[in-house]
Amino acid sequence: MSQASTQTSVSRGSSMQASRRMSLWLTHGVLLAVSVLTVVPFFWLFCGSLKTNEVFLESTFIPRGDGALGFAWNRLTGDNYARLFTDPELDINFGRSLLNSVFYSSVSAVLATLFCAMGGFALAHYRFRGSKLVTALVLAAVIIPGPLLLAPGYQLLHNFGMLDNAMGLILPALAPAFGVFLFRQASISSVPAELLEAARIDGSSEVGLFFRMVLPLVRPMIGTFLMITFLGVWNNFIGPQVVLQSRSLFPLSVAVAELKRGYYAEYGLQMAGTVVSIVPVLFLFLLLQRELVSGLTSGAVKE
Amino acid sequence: MATLSSQTRRAPWLFLLPFLAVFATFTLYPLIRAMMLAGQQTFGPGYTKWVGGSNFAALMNDALFWTALKNTVVFTLGSVFVQLPVSLAMAMMLEAKGLRGKGVYRAILFAPSLVGVSFAAVLFALMFEKRTGLVNQGLHGATAWLSLLSGKDLAWSLDFGWLEQHVMAALIVAALWMYAGFNMLFFSAALQNIRQDIKEAATVDGAGPVARFFHVTVPAIRPVAAFVVLLSIIGSFQLFELPYLMLNGGAGPNNRGLTVVMYLYQVGFETGDLGYASAIGWTLTLILLGFTIAQRMTARGEEVAR
Repeated sequence: MSQASTQTSVSRGSSMQASRRMSLWLTHGVLLAVSVLTVVPFFWLFCGSLKTNEVFLESTFIPRGDGALGFAWNRLTGDNYARLFTDPELDINFGRSLLNSVFYSSVSAVLATLFCAMGGFALAHYRFRGSKLVTALVLAAVIIPGPLLLAPGYQLLHNFGMLDNAMGLILPALAPAFGVFLFRQASISSVPAELLEAARIDGSSEVGLFFRMVLPLVRPMIGTFLMITFLGVWNNFIGPQVVLQSRSLFPLSVAVAELKRGYYAEYGLQMAGTVVSIVPVLFLFLLLQRELVSGLTSGAVKE
Repeated sequence: MATLSSQTRRAPWLFLLPFLAVFATFTLYPLIRAMMLAGQQTFGPGYTKWVGGSNFAALMNDALFWTALKNTVVFTLGSVFVQLPVSLAMAMMLEAKGLRGKGVYRAILFAPSLVGVSFAAVLFALMFEKRTGLVNQGLHGATAWLSLLSGKDLAWSLDFGWLEQHVMAALIVAALWMYAGFNMLFFSAALQNIRQDIKEAATVDGAGPVARFFHVTVPAIRPVAAFVVLLSIIGSFQLFELPYLMLNGGAGPNNRGLTVVMYLYQVGFETGDLGYASAIGWTLTLILLGFTIAQRMTARGEEVAR
């Protein structure tokens, strides 16, 4: 396609081509400016995490001095990070919170993905009494705003004795209606019914069918949904804030907020805590970007 | 054969069981409880008293609720009319024909949407501080030449109180950084779906860039745009963590940063009235349901008109 268009523009003379090139340069200029504005807060955060309060107040990014490239590299320090993980005086156990976040996010992501994949497949490929009702309920539940369930959910967890308990945080996250909806779509579009029929005739059980044929066929959606749920739980604040009271159970989202509240005058410490919280997901997800992006937009654009 | 069919009959329920058990317990049951709660006054999770519709009546006369709703609407307008046009512009630049390095730009612009809202809130609380914050420092630096030229002090004030007097503007800027790249993805996908031959036909017919934008691009991306607007409204109406954490667990001076969900949280979990909180939750739900139905009806109307 680009070859054909190059030919047309060549045939229309070089002035057209020159103006095309001009507008491309302009586009690069604007995109570059927007990219810089996007990255600067990250860079500022990272620089700040390496500074004592004194240096933070004196310089915006890297302090100037006599070191290489005209910067005072020796005024930067890793102490804030060391304090986060080793300072016994700190009333937040940051290493523990990091582990909690990893645990909550991965357990919820794996189980929610499995439950939703099973449910979505069932709704897509079986005719049974009640299937219409369940599908309708799932579709309706997609639009329930989370805050509505906050008060009754809290009451329910209280009655179950699951407040201040990891179960109270993980269990409710295992059945997102949105997920069943996505996997129902994926099963309809990428699992052919004839294939299932053939496997049944060959004597495969229904459960074997699901694990050996359906899961591999909906793999792109599995990748996407694992990421969406992992990220959602990692970044969730209101849930753990309402459910958990013990500091030893806090995930990073709540720990960082506590850091901000308890150590509001210690800029570097807050910034280091924020860096620790966002860098792992940032790297992981930028690596897997393509899969995440295609999954996120597929629902909206394919119609 | 008989065993096979009985197995096939049981199979869907077996597959649905884990999801349905959790869904019924933690979504459907709380939903029904939310209806009952809205008619009750509670103190903590234990004590309840039936008050009927008076929660809703009280809500309509609750000045704080109206403040929260007003602030939430201001933020939503900012998201729809400031952030989404930026997202669309970025997407159009990203999809410009022959642009190199598209993947790199996209990764950079998308990165902030991976940052959790509580982490972004800590970052932006620091960014918006007077004097020490990057925003005032940056604006001050960028406008310093104005004072040099005129001899008067025209540079941006380092004491500009984002978090004190201009909370909503600060929130809109923070949300712009966080979500513009996310919404860009949807516009970008929609733009990729425009057929190249239509664009070229329009160019051959002598349509300039402005005419092409309004007669080719806008009609082609309208369904996706409507979806993004709805998503943006739904998300904006649930704004809570960003102001709550940026303003140190409160609503800021004169409740300038109070939002509907923050009020719900304060009433339910700080005052302990889960009933009144549920009434706020239902009001929010009805508002969002209204937007959803309106969007579906417009979408359907357009399909019929075609």
